[in-house]
Amino acid sequence: MNKQYYISNFTSIKKGAVYNAKNKIFESELELNEIDLFLKEAYNFLALSYPKFFKMDRLSKLGILASEVLLKNESLESDTAIILSNSTSSLNTDKTHQESINQIVSPSIFVYTLPNIVLGEISIKYQLQSENAFFISDTFDAELIADYTNDLLAFEKAKNAVCGWIDLKNAEYDVFLCLISEEGDVPFTQKNLEQLYYFENE
Amino acid sequence: MSDLRTELKESIIEQLNLEELSVEDIENDEHLFGDGVGLDSIDALELIVLLEKDYGIKLTDPQQGKDIFVSINRMAEFIEAHRTK
Repeated sequence: MNKQYYISNFTSIKKGAVYNAKNKIFESELELNEIDLFLKEAYNFLALSYPKFFKMDRLSKLGILASEVLLKNESLESDTAIILSNSTSSLNTDKTHQESINQIVSPSIFVYTLPNIVLGEISIKYQLQSENAFFISDTFDAELIADYTNDLLAFEKAKNAVCGWIDLKNAEYDVFLCLISEEGDVPFTQKNLEQLYYFENE
Repeated sequence: MSDLRTELKESIIEQLNLEELSVEDIENDEHLFGDGVGLDSIDALELIVLLEKDYGIKLTDPQQGKDIFVSINRMAEFIEAHRTK
């Protein structure tokens, strides 16, 4: 019989604020389009000491900030899978790279021209050696994320999972990450995942 | 002499987004990679770009970078000997 998994915790980052579960833990007073300053403020608020953060593109910075809120107090198994999705892939960094293509191209920008780099950055930070996948869909597809994550867990490809949505359109961002494990109160189902995401975005 | 070293440190901090470092934190003879300043392989590529953009030096053999990017002192010596701008 399959084990029961739960949404143990979730976090979201949107419109200048950082949430842990339903609690707003940080809100910036900056204009909403000041994304780079917001990311730095959130980094300082979370007291992260991770110099590599400043070399990352915006998508990876969002991933690191959200996973820090989600995983900070967890003792994670190294086979915690990561399944993320968004609608814009790495478009933000792709555009920056394209704009520089007639000059000397920056290698440190080029390396972020794939959305799954954020998976690598999270894996490096939390020393995860696990299954991971990044999907592109128009909107948050709870069915896809729940199905894929459930399969990984059911076939014992991972002990826990981090899954969700990490979208970035110019300076607009919408991040929703969940930790899925055997502990918690909210069963991990497509419906619950969907309801949490849309509740958070009401 | 020392101006070039300071200029290099400023450029490296800016180009490589070393936000938590200042010019004073980098010693002229400190190793830039590994246990020293802690640069990585992508930073090495970025340093190759910096040499070309700021000093007109084109490295054709990436292996050369290993010898040149050892420290600020070594980089400055190489730039003084080969710069075209």
